[in-house]
Amino acid sequence: MNIVKALFKSQGGIHPKYNKELSRDKKIETMPIAPLLKVSMSQHLGAPAKPLVKKGDLVLRGQQIGEAAGFISANVHAPTSGTVKAVAEAPTAIGAKIPAIEIEPDGEDKWIDGISGIQDWKNADNKELIAKIAEAGISGMGGAGFPTHVKLSPPPNKPIDTLIINGAECEPYLTADHRLMVEHAAEIRTGIEIIRKILSVKTVRIAIESNKPESIEAMNKALADIDGDVEIAVLKTEYPQGAEKQQIFAITGKEVPSAGLPMDVGCVVENVGTTLAIQDAIINGKPVTERVTTVTGNPVTSPKNVLVRLGTSYTDLLEFCGSTKNDVAKIISGGPMMGFAQPNLDVCTTKTTSGLLFLAPKEVYNYESMPCISCGRCVEACPMNLMPSELSFMLEAEEFAEAQELNVMDCIECGCCSFSCPAHRPLVQHMKQGKAWVMLQRRKKQ
Amino acid sequence: MAQEKQYIVSTSPHAHSGASVHRIMLDVIIALLPAVAASVYFFGWQALRITAVCIISSLAIEAISRKMMGRNLGIGDLSAVVTGLLLALNLPPSLPSWMAIVGCIFAIGIAKQLFGGIGYNPFNPALVGRVALLVAFPVAMTKWNDALNPDRWSGLAWAVDATTTATPLGAVKTALSNTGVIPTDLLMSSKSMINYMLGDMSGSVGEVSAIALIIGGIYLLWRKCISWHIPVAFIGTVAIFAGILHAVNSDTNMPISFHLLSGGLMLGAIFMATDMVTSPITKKGMLVFGVGCGLLTMLIRRWGGYPEGVSFSILLMNAVTPLINRATHPRIFGHVAKKAKTGVNDK
Repeated sequence: MNIVKALFKSQGGIHPKYNKELSRDKKIETMPIAPLLKVSMSQHLGAPAKPLVKKGDLVLRGQQIGEAAGFISANVHAPTSGTVKAVAEAPTAIGAKIPAIEIEPDGEDKWIDGISGIQDWKNADNKELIAKIAEAGISGMGGAGFPTHVKLSPPPNKPIDTLIINGAECEPYLTADHRLMVEHAAEIRTGIEIIRKILSVKTVRIAIESNKPESIEAMNKALADIDGDVEIAVLKTEYPQGAEKQQIFAITGKEVPSAGLPMDVGCVVENVGTTLAIQDAIINGKPVTERVTTVTGNPVTSPKNVLVRLGTSYTDLLEFCGSTKNDVAKIISGGPMMGFAQPNLDVCTTKTTSGLLFLAPKEVYNYESMPCISCGRCVEACPMNLMPSELSFMLEAEEFAEAQELNVMDCIECGCCSFSCPAHRPLVQHMKQGKAWVMLQRRKKQ
Repeated sequence: MAQEKQYIVSTSPHAHSGASVHRIMLDVIIALLPAVAASVYFFGWQALRITAVCIISSLAIEAISRKMMGRNLGIGDLSAVVTGLLLALNLPPSLPSWMAIVGCIFAIGIAKQLFGGIGYNPFNPALVGRVALLVAFPVAMTKWNDALNPDRWSGLAWAVDATTTATPLGAVKTALSNTGVIPTDLLMSSKSMINYMLGDMSGSVGEVSAIALIIGGIYLLWRKCISWHIPVAFIGTVAIFAGILHAVNSDTNMPISFHLLSGGLMLGAIFMATDMVTSPITKKGMLVFGVGCGLLTMLIRRWGGYPEGVSFSILLMNAVTPLINRATHPRIFGHVAKKAKTGVNDK
């Protein structure tokens, strides 16, 4: 086991204020179960799950209440025992209305019978392990929520040689992954060994940004006697080093081809939270019913890293952190670079809720945009090497097809361009609009 | 129940670097202060007068033309101050004030606002102003004061022309066209090289002191308002070109140091060619741009009708900036020579 510096550095990137000190040293606290849980059927990328229960049903913790609907989808489980009060549409963090199962907890928090792990996972069949992971409803917990069992089943023509465990947590403010590594390094190690077995890869890299020495230390200790080619790759602290493509490049020097996936360059990237969930599913047989999320921001009375049940409303979550002491102007589900602003606290936690951030009025920027002065800062900041200024001009004029020619689809929406723009132009916003247009055209063609 | 609180909803990102156009312009102004101080030291009241006239009239013309065109009165971005200041630094110290105002009308009213205002002008406004004046008032625009003229702080210097002299580049050009050789007193001694470095020579208000301009350039680099690419490519090309010419025939070609320090190269390469709006956006493009400026400058200086070519070369290169941008798009991440490198992108 070695600690090495990441060999490569993708171009671009920015250095925002990280503000991690608000919650970095706060131990993970378990939040009591809220009086009502609204469990969304869309906690992952892909098709929403199909509800399996109806009003009045009694459910137990870990009981499957949503069934994966299609190849890219994931199961959903009851976060606690109780009564189904309703199956009704509820808002998600991105503003869509998706069916959610409302559960009134009975206070018993009783697990469903038959929860058991695969003790002899080392000799188990990979198919069985992947089935267990699929059954447990695990999806990427870093934010995008890609169903994990799909990621772990690459087609045979895509040989995987490198497993990257993403502990970069490059979004400012967020510290949930950091705490997981500090407090649950041993379990994460088991998770790594399980994934390594499933993919039968030799090379494993744990990617951590250099601003998390405690995480590096904890992981190093936990992995001290691991066999094989396992290394902690220390990434330069720079947003977006946690972005999949940039991270793969930093560690392997390989570029995921345009419109391609990590498996195209022989890599699989799993977030540390996901790795922990895999461990929990295989060893303990537990499906995903809770996650660690960071509740933070200067207006929050006591910022925390909270182990919270899925379906807990943001209102209850904030209350657990002592509510707010100052004025709040903006609420963000996720981090400040790619998170989603919320009109209220009605949304409930899901498997992808990495954080809940509150910003004070003076922390919210609200500029009027000016014409581009061609300073080139967006070009310099873009980790994909695009020319956001030029694309933005086109998209402003609604020349979508031309923007498509200039590869607007390669944009990863990290927001570095908008962050850097001295003219305060809505660059990444234009890009998102352009990408949405292209997606619409593709759907029309189908 | 209390009235529901309204939160701001917008798409990500929710953080900003705090950079602003205003701050960039302020940095350019700060970076020009050493050159302004040097010009006032060498040319006295005249430099102060022409600088003040240009800044005030640029702001006024910016405001008036924006009002005429029905745009909001946004002069708070300081870009008009920068243009006015740069134009002043490109003018002879003794130029009558009304001519300077005409220059500002060309710079701000025509080159900038008629094209759509900040961000939309294809040509460097201050240089358009300068070249317009050069064409319109060739005599006044080529009348140069001696640096450190003893009268520079007297009341007379304010009203009356100081003794005038040719710029070093002008003297060379005249001598070459008259006699075909460079007069020996112009070949640089080590003393005059130091003078040129400090700015003790005749020339435009702000071009004379290389050292002051370089200090400003270092500040801009440190503040990340410019990158090294254009100045280095520009100055480097001039140096190489001049070096070759001097090596081929030292009777008719001045040495490198003369070309670097005697004219408007430093002002042009550090402050004019690096104008964000009118120069390429990519680093590769900036190098092409800088080399182009350097080549054109030397072609004009050596074979052109004017003794100095910095302004013209930058304006000519401004014209091809969009083409350079187009030709120097960076390779997008992931657009690898697909089959050769990964061998697996076979969807």
